[in-house]
This record gives sequence, structure tokens and C-alpha cells, in this order.
Amino acid sequence: MPASDLTILVIDENAIRASIIEEGLREAGHENVTVVQEVNGIARIIETSKPDVIVIDIENPNRDMMEHLFQLTRTVSRPIAMFVDRSDTAQIEAAMEAGVSAYVVDGLKKERVKSILDMAVSRFNAFSRLQRELAEAKSALEERKVVDRAKGILMKMRGLSEEDAFVLLRQTAMNEKKKMSEIAQSVVTAAGLLM
Amino acid sequence: MNMMSSIDLPGSNLAAPFRSNGEGPKVLCVGFIPLVDASVLIAAAEFGFARKEGLTLDLVKDVSWANVRDRLAFRQFDIAHMLSPMPVASMLGLGSNPSPTITPFSLGRGGNAITLSTRLFERMREVGGISENASALENAKALAKVLAAMKARGEPLPMLGVTYPFSSHNYEFRYWLAAGGIDPDKDVKLVVVPPPLTSDALVAGAIDGFCVGAPWNMIASERGVGRIVAAKQDIWPSAPEKVVAMRPEWAESHPEIVSRLIVALDAAAHWCDAAENHDALAEALADPRYIAAPVEIIRHVLAGEFSLDAKGNRRIIPDYFRFHRDFANYPKPGHALWIYSQMIRWGQAQLSEEGLRAAAGTYRPDLYQAALGIGPSETDHGLEGIKSGDRFMDGHVFDPGAIGAYVENFAVSSPPPIHSLEQDV
Repeated sequence: MPASDLTILVIDENAIRASIIEEGLREAGHENVTVVQEVNGIARIIETSKPDVIVIDIENPNRDMMEHLFQLTRTVSRPIAMFVDRSDTAQIEAAMEAGVSAYVVDGLKKERVKSILDMAVSRFNAFSRLQRELAEAKSALEERKVVDRAKGILMKMRGLSEEDAFVLLRQTAMNEKKKMSEIAQSVVTAAGLLM
Repeated sequence: MNMMSSIDLPGSNLAAPFRSNGEGPKVLCVGFIPLVDASVLIAAAEFGFARKEGLTLDLVKDVSWANVRDRLAFRQFDIAHMLSPMPVASMLGLGSNPSPTITPFSLGRGGNAITLSTRLFERMREVGGISENASALENAKALAKVLAAMKARGEPLPMLGVTYPFSSHNYEFRYWLAAGGIDPDKDVKLVVVPPPLTSDALVAGAIDGFCVGAPWNMIASERGVGRIVAAKQDIWPSAPEKVVAMRPEWAESHPEIVSRLIVALDAAAHWCDAAENHDALAEALADPRYIAAPVEIIRHVLAGEFSLDAKGNRRIIPDYFRFHRDFANYPKPGHALWIYSQMIRWGQAQLSEEGLRAAAGTYRPDLYQAALGIGPSETDHGLEGIKSGDRFMDGHVFDPGAIGAYVENFAVSSPPPIHSLEQDV
């Protein structure tokens, strides 16, 4: 049975991350992928799609609801195993670290699910990285804005050229062993107090 | 529904355990769910009881019991705040990730209640003719009448929320319903709702009632959306609640730490029981790092002062929380067996010699006694529900030595087809 025969359900309240996972699964040749963000009505979805693998965000409080659901499902193929291979501690740690949890139909071959879980872990991590980078980019932009405002203040108050104002800020930052944005912020704050 | 917005990066809140000489970590990573019954752990960390024993409790708030179970199993937590039926289920191999788990310490008694929507309660008053201060049993019987009327009219079954399939809430809700003559599997629909969401779910009409721990019942009643119809004390005052769970191999390889932990928790529990400490405790619990609920409500909860509804109907429940008194922390094997009996009653488990051993072995009074050198005078496997002030709401008596007969004696139960059942093992 090729990998693409597995039915996979992805439950993630974060729409962007969910689509990143979905894309990864499709790239890996999985055709039967369902993505849901809302856990309302999940029982019906599980009943009809009968997933072999369920990937769910570990910070989702509705994991307890899923556990209840699996208790009620009295079919043979109820998904019970949390992780594929309990002895594969490296994978378990990586998954928990990344924030992925998964339910797998009992009896499914380890190798078949391992690749799915590995992919989910790397995509979760990629998403976290993306978020971090976005936050960093945002703060870099903020810093640049402050530096620009400080430059403007120095140019006006001290009659400096833009380049000289920049050099002064950089030199002061180096002398005081601080970040240029911190010096710029002091300039802006001081100007606000003085003017 | 991002309840834990403080966690930006999944897993970022997990501290790496610190290793030192001797038995290893003196810093214990402790998982907990934001509930008042985590008080003893929080007090031990916040008010110096752990430090006095040379321990640091690094408390990590989690969002689901399934996470707590998995993080304990996979060694991200050293110990955890857990529903008492969870380690029992794990030892019986039930649930989606059963892994050996024991408890040497109960976190006290009480704390749960059953709340129904004000809408449903109004119908109970109309159809069942109950008074404002009806007893828990009268309320259950009135609900049975309402359900019969609803069935006759073809109305959909009410949805009732519990917290987890292996929870005191599940068994207490079922006990209360069944005592009123209601079949919890046929006459209503039991669903799982995370406790912090119960009140909103009630408002939205997604559920018609719930059984959860404090402070969530009081939050719904004060908002005027729910009516408290029974407290844990009404169902069975001694009913086990939360425990401190750990992996048996971890307990074995850290006997000194386990012992000091029990001493610290015992002192913290004693402190939590004293009314004069409740203000300080309420302040600590209300903190966003812990329960993140209004301090006023937590104060009322600790005092057992209940607002039954928003109309001003009140009820004082003495010992709504018993953190320490009367050996509330003693992990009595008979209690683990009572949990097992309820699992059998509701078809989650089957009765077997092996199951009896596994369930009773979950609770470890030997570790408790090794640390504190004391224990209750009554036996571990004595009859339950015989003392005045400690009876079951339906008058049944639990004999840990005759679980089969005990379960069969209930008028309402839902065991699966039982094959290899030996009578009264």
C-alpha cells in the first residue's frame, strides 16, 4: 500500500500553520488530507473520514475532548497510540518540543507514520521560526524608525548633515557599549522632554 | 480559543531539568492544570514549604490532561497534578497513552460541583416541583422528570460536560444522574469541555450543564448562566479528587526526593487548610501564572461560600475543600478500587484479579508513610460510606473486597458484555 493511501486529519486552530502542514503532506504524496481548525463537529468528521493518523497541536485544550471521543469509539480501528514508537525517544522529544501530538490507528506500520510525524515536526518548527523571524523583522523596523527620528532631531537641533547625525549616534553607541537603537531612543525621549 | 497566549512557542515553557549530585534534580518540573485543587502544589512552591526541604518546584501550566499525562510519561515533567482516575487508568492500560503512573499523595478532597443551565433548572422547578434549596438527590430526580418530558416531546438530549473520560467529574456526574434514575449513556449526552470554557459553552448553548472543579462552577453561577445543583460532598464526601502523580521508576530512583516532597506537600496542605491563610492563598492562586480568575471568587470558593445562582441563593458547604485534615492526603488503596469500580460500572474496564492488583497498586501509602511516619487508623481496604457524614448520596456501601457485587447492585449502569468475570473477587 503506497503512502498516499493513508487518511490524515490535521487539527490546528492556526490556519497558516495548518496550511503549511497540509502542503507538506501533499508534497509527500498524501492525497487524503483533511484540515480542520474548528473542533466543533469533529466527532462527525472522524466518523466519516476514519483517519489513520490525526495530527493535533499540543497547545489545543480540546485534546481532552479527543481522548473522550476515542473512548466512545468502540470500533476496532480506534486511534489510540499517541506516538508511533515509544522507544524512539528522540522523535518523541522532537515532537513535544515542536508542539505536535498525534494519534495513530493501532497496528499501523511504524515506518509509514514516522515520515508523516517527522514532516509535521519540521513544519511546526519552520512555522515557529517564521513567527520568530517576523517578530524580529518587526522590531528591526521599529528600531530603524527610532534611529530615523533621532537623526532628524540631531539634524535640526545641532545643524548636522544626515550622515554626521548617523555617525554621531553610532559613535555614541560604541562609546557607551549600547545598541544604536537604545541611544536613538534616549535622544527621542530627551527631545520629547526638552521641547 | 487561544487560552494560553503567553506561550508563543510551543514547548518554550518547558524548563530543562537541573541535575545535581546524589539523586539528581532538586528542581522538580511540575505540570499542573489551573484549578483550585492545585493549591497544595502552588502553596508549596510559593510559600517556602518546598524550599525548606531543599526542593524547588518549577510549576508549568498546561492546557489539557492528555498533555499532562504525555509530558509525565515522556519525562518532561518529574511529577504532575492529575485527576485521581488517570494513574488508575494508566495502570489498567486504558486510554490512548497508558504508561506506568503511581501516586504517593492525594491533593485533598472536595472542589467539584454540578452546574446546570438556568434554563434547564427552571424546567426542573416547573416539572419537578422542587424548591430553591432542594437536595442534590431531589435535583437529580427532578431532572429525570424533565428528561422524560423532553423525550416524550422528541426534544434533543441535553449535552452535559465533563473534563476527561477518566475523571472524578465523569464518575460523579454519572453517579448523581444514576442516583436520580437517569441513564448517563442513554438519557443525556456526555461530552468533554475544557473547564475554563464551561461557562462560555453554557452561555452559547453548546452544553446544558457540567461537572468540573473550582472555581468554574461559581464563575457560571455568578454570571447568572448556571445553577449549582450538587456539590462533590453531596455525592460522596470522601470521593478521591486530584493526586500528585509520578512514574514508578522515577520514585524508585529518587526515594530521598520523594520523601522530602511528601514532607513539603504535607506542610503546605496543612497551611492551606487554615482559614487565616486563605487570603494569601487566594491572592497567589488568582495570579495569571496560576488560575488567572478573580480573587474574590477564589476567596469564596476556599470558604465554601456558594452562590448557587445570580439571584442571591447561597449555600455554605463546610469543608468544600479539605486540603489536609483527616488524612485527606493519604493515598488510600480502597479509593483507587472505588475508582476501578466506577470504571467497571460504566463499561470502561472489566473486573479481573489482574485489574484489582493494578488499580490498588496505583496508590502508594507505603511512600506516604515512609516520609511522614503516620497514617489513618482505619484499614486500607475497609468499607466506604458507612460513617455518618461520609455516606454516598444513594446510601450504597462500597466494599473493596466485593467489587463485583457492588457494581451489580446499582440499578443504573452500563457494563459491556462481560466475559471472564468472577463473582466477588
